Amino acid sequence: MAITLTESAASRVKTFLENRGSGVGLRLGVKTTGCSGMAYVIEYADEIEDDDVIFEDHGIKVIVSPKSLVYLDGTELDYAREGLNEGFTFSNPNAKDLCGCGESFNI
Amino acid sequence: MALLQISEPGQSTAPHERRLAAGIDLGTTNSLIASVRSGVAETLADADGDHLLPSVVRYTTEGPPLVGRIALDAETTDPLNTIASVKRLMGRGVGDVKSLGAHLPYEFVPGTSDMPLLHTCRGDISPVEVSADILRVLKTRAEQTLGGELDGVVITVPAYFDDAQRQATRDAGKLAGLQVLRLLNEPTAAAVAYGLDRGSEGVTAIYDLGGGTFDISILRLNRGVFEVMATAGDTALGGDDIDRVVAQWIMQEAGIGEDAGHGALRHLMQVARTAKEALTEVPATTVSVPVAGADDWSGSLTREQFDELVSPLVQKTLSPCRRVLRDAGIRVSDVQAVVLVGGSTRVPLVRSKVAGFFGRDPLVDIDPDRVVAVGAAIQADILAGNKPDDDMLLLDVIPLSLGLETMGGLAEKIIPRNTTIPTARAQEFTTFKDGQTAMSLHVVQGERELVSDCRSLGQFELRDIPPMVAGSARIRVSFQVDADGLLNVTAEEQVKGVQSSIEVKPSYGLNDREIETMLKDSMAHAQDDMEQRRLREQQVEADRVLEALEAALAEDGDQLLEAGERRRIDAAAAALRQAGKGPDYRVIRRAIEDVEQASSDYVDRRMNENIRKAMAGHRVDEFESS
Repeated sequence: MAITLTESAASRVKTFLENRGSGVGLRLGVKTTGCSGMAYVIEYADEIEDDDVIFEDHGIKVIVSPKSLVYLDGTELDYAREGLNEGFTFSNPNAKDLCGCGESFNI
Repeated sequence: MALLQISEPGQSTAPHERRLAAGIDLGTTNSLIASVRSGVAETLADADGDHLLPSVVRYTTEGPPLVGRIALDAETTDPLNTIASVKRLMGRGVGDVKSLGAHLPYEFVPGTSDMPLLHTCRGDISPVEVSADILRVLKTRAEQTLGGELDGVVITVPAYFDDAQRQATRDAGKLAGLQVLRLLNEPTAAAVAYGLDRGSEGVTAIYDLGGGTFDISILRLNRGVFEVMATAGDTALGGDDIDRVVAQWIMQEAGIGEDAGHGALRHLMQVARTAKEALTEVPATTVSVPVAGADDWSGSLTREQFDELVSPLVQKTLSPCRRVLRDAGIRVSDVQAVVLVGGSTRVPLVRSKVAGFFGRDPLVDIDPDRVVAVGAAIQADILAGNKPDDDMLLLDVIPLSLGLETMGGLAEKIIPRNTTIPTARAQEFTTFKDGQTAMSLHVVQGERELVSDCRSLGQFELRDIPPMVAGSARIRVSFQVDADGLLNVTAEEQVKGVQSSIEVKPSYGLNDREIETMLKDSMAHAQDDMEQRRLREQQVEADRVLEALEAALAEDGDQLLEAGERRRIDAAAAALRQAGKGPDYRVIRRAIEDVEQASSDYVDRRMNENIRKAMAGHRVDEFESS
């Protein structure tokens, strides 16, 4: 069971957390909305719940609830550029198909 | 693959529901766009990595207009089709432009409305269209960077912009296909960028020394609302002037004459600017320029020399600072924070002079070129609904009072001018006649007392009011103005709940001249208006008294009145009817008093009669026990 970050993703998260000035790490999860079943959630984490699972990679704490972990296990978070746009991408071995926009997925 | 951004805890949106918002600093010299991504507000760069977009548009006979550096380069070769500093023309009438015209190289043609048009090879173009072309480029940049369409933007304007200039800016946004969530004052945006809106109250000075203009504003934060207490400045003082004095020094040292030719002078300005920028970091720099017919000249410029050269210019900014404090009625010691805005505030001498004047170190952490756009982006993010809205700022105001026509053609103000929006006010009205079942509501805007002197915004009717005695129906009329300035008026009868409403855009199509005229008229006619109001009020009162009297006389006048009494009442009523047609409210008031006096015995008798009728058939103890 693991969730990993690429080096560029980790360094961006680190910068963002520093700029924000607070937060214990990054919370990843899934939500059952969107056009293709599931959608990724990526948020700052201010608190850690009792049953949360915590991974640490490149010095960043990644916090996931056990419910979401089922869908995210093995995921690698990357930071990518497409033209002027940049942002985080999930490479998730559990995802079978993505919707056209790539914001939601099915397993 | 979608590129995702980090959200605040619990603020994740469903896919496709993320609202992209941006803040735009539409400047005289340069424009910027910024957005909040992963919780951080940043200005957005173009493909070359440039954040600043020169506010210059060049029109050519073919293809889309050229905006930014590419247009700036053609400023000298194609001056008539290359429009710079268009912000100075926004919302100005033909007359205003003539007074500015001496400095502007463009050809103006009067438009169909009051707006002047610029004559270019692409036809006659309004300043609003030129601004829209700049905004369009920023919009494209943001949409490429953020990966989706913008849901809304906040555009900044100088604090001294009047309603017409603000409306013109809004129109430019609309023309560029942007939803303008709000216009924000530039100094306020700078204060927001530094998070000064999080304090509960305090006074902030915003010192803004840009490329060509200087502005100093004093803001007071009061319960989360920034109020602009005073502004001052110099519309012809900025970084360009600093470059000019440095260029002159180089010319003197290198022995270059004023006749050096346009290209050489432009190059000199560029060298001067580079030297200025270098001296913010290092204590001395080497300057070298080509000299016609001789070897290149090379010399050293130290920061001390530089400070000496620009000191008179920096000193010039301090007198508006003194003036603005006086206008705001505060002392230097009342200022709790000083924010620096504009690229020229990077000059160390500016920083030290400002620190010396205000007796405190100014805030400089955020890039002074970008701080306004950053503040606008923070506001846009809140307004688009991406943040819990506990820190909403209310900054726009209503330019002219909004109200309703009441009996006698009087304007009853519901929302006074300068009220911040969004806002909602309600007032209760009643029926004027017995058994009245409908009411016509006339929404007006203006400062005058008579409806005929105000501007009509719209009319609607409330029907199906249950028939009641005059004055007993309760009609609640609510005025609501949303953040876009859209007015919604609703009338609701309180017993049966019947409702009717209308929606209007209050400032639509009113230019600054009209707004100004309306305001001036209201001052000039204040006395007349007061007299008129009194007259109309007394006329309405006279009608009401006569109507009530006639109804009473028809009912029981013959039973309760002797012939003599009846004659006296009729005579007083006739006199009142006559006086009501006259122009003097005092005469009418006296006539009303006469009628009331003549009929006072009659009124008492009617009262007793009614009580007797009501109690007839009942025993006294029934009343005692209750």
